[in-house]
Amino acid sequence: MEEILNITFLSLRVSGTSVIIGSLIGIPIGAFLGLKQFRGKMTLIRLIDVMIKSIVNTFMGLPPVIVGLVVYLLLAPTGPLGWLNLLYTPSAMILTQLIEVIPIIIGITMSSVSSIEKTIRERALSLGATQWQTLFLVLREAKIGILTSIITAFGAAISEVGGIIITGGNIRWLTRTLTTAIIVETELGNFSMALTLGAILLTIAFVINLSLTIVQLKWVRR
Amino acid sequence: MISIEVRELSKEYSGLLVLDKVSFKIGKSEFFAIVGPSGAGKTTLLRIIGLIESPTSGLVIFNDEIIDYGRDNLNLRRKIGLVFQQPILFNMSVFNNIAYPLKVRGYDRNLIRNKVEEVMKLLKIENLGEKNALGLSGGEAQRVALAQSLVYEPNLLLLDEPTSNLDPRNASIIEEVLLRINDERNTTIIMSTHNISQVEKLADRIAVLNMGKIERIGSFNEIFNKSNIPIFSRGENVFHGISRISPYGTSIIDIGGLQIEATFKKEGYVTIFIPPEDIILSLNPIISSARNSLEGRIVQIIDMGSLVRIKVNSIRDFYVQITRKSLEDMNLKVGERIFLAFKASSVQLLE
Repeated sequence: MEEILNITFLSLRVSGTSVIIGSLIGIPIGAFLGLKQFRGKMTLIRLIDVMIKSIVNTFMGLPPVIVGLVVYLLLAPTGPLGWLNLLYTPSAMILTQLIEVIPIIIGITMSSVSSIEKTIRERALSLGATQWQTLFLVLREAKIGILTSIITAFGAAISEVGGIIITGGNIRWLTRTLTTAIIVETELGNFSMALTLGAILLTIAFVINLSLTIVQLKWVRR
Repeated sequence: MISIEVRELSKEYSGLLVLDKVSFKIGKSEFFAIVGPSGAGKTTLLRIIGLIESPTSGLVIFNDEIIDYGRDNLNLRRKIGLVFQQPILFNMSVFNNIAYPLKVRGYDRNLIRNKVEEVMKLLKIENLGEKNALGLSGGEAQRVALAQSLVYEPNLLLLDEPTSNLDPRNASIIEEVLLRINDERNTTIIMSTHNISQVEKLADRIAVLNMGKIERIGSFNEIFNKSNIPIFSRGENVFHGISRISPYGTSIIDIGGLQIEATFKKEGYVTIFIPPEDIILSLNPIISSARNSLEGRIVQIIDMGSLVRIKVNSIRDFYVQITRKSLEDMNLKVGERIFLAFKASSVQLLE
């Protein structure tokens, strides 16, 4: 029982932290990219813009194992960041998931901002708003999309296994999360335990989605 | 109040000339209308005067001040109200939507409350204050959008077909308000429309814009000094084209990809009008004595109460007026194929 709690809290801690940090980094970048619509004739800038956006979209579907592998190589004792001694710690797992969630948050924030950017900006300007007031209003109007980016990122993080099993090492009491524990229990044939952990994972995902969806619906309030 | 001069104004979008050396002057507190078919450049012209788009060349002058479009022009923007054809409202209450322009100007709470309530009363939306603006009907939304632009009492009000998507009741509320603020506050108003009866009711002067060019400018009588004004006043189904005389003594008018036959006899450049109520709609090809029959697709169904106006695209857009009963009996839907027919004698020569 105690171990289940430990595993659950670690899952929440790792995914929660990575999504919070990821939001702090991803939302401003996503908003910036969404606001910058290079329509002009400066083809080089437009090309760069298209490249950045395509890269973001590609990274949204980045396989976690690849992220895990790259982070492992970075953090391994012989790797460039080996001196940090982070391999097989929760920090390494947070870093892994951070790399996975940032493109998701950037991508969804970017598209939700850019879809309303032009109409809301023009309306705000026509009503006498300053450039900053306009920017603030655009972000406020995009808040449902931004919240969606956070929900999606958390859903991806909490259910992710391929990356954190490599960089966390699935060490009992230390880096074992719900998903990695399910793998171990399944391999050991403890199916009832695996199913219990699975149920907890689903419940967490459901409760968090439920509360965020309620907020979302309140914001829409047609 | 603001007087406006537009001098040799042109606007190009990726090689396409939308406005072509447009020039006119509008006096202080004048009610000025811009009429013309869809795609004539009306919206672009208003957006440029409204300072949210910049011209490719030419000048806009407000009270002797030449506008520098490279700048933010915040102080000038705050004297202008701009109402778009499609109302754009924010995801907040109606009250907060209308209060927004006052908030960005840093007004205090009480003053905001007073002004918002006053303008809501003016537009008969005082019972909507707490509602979320995104849940309003089209007519309500357009009145809220107008309230947003009136609440800070702009010196210049720009309206882009403000009533084109509205039923007659909502349209007349808006028309009354416009007349009143033009009269009481001396607000200079520029309104684009293709509703000619509205122009007659509201505007001091009119500019006819077509293909990005001003074709005429003057008072209503100067421009529409024709016997067929009442029919023309519905504003749709007006086409310009080149006419030639057929061997049967009728006129064949090429209106750009389409040939229309008419009973009048005139050669050269003509403007014609087909009354929307004279066009017959059919689900199958029509074999009849009507000289004009076309095939098209329904692009819009406009509810006008007991009557319904159907916009049909057949190379050009045609408006057809039918009863609601016909709409229901024929079960017409947007996107459907449809056949049009009208008699050569229904085609009226405007000039």
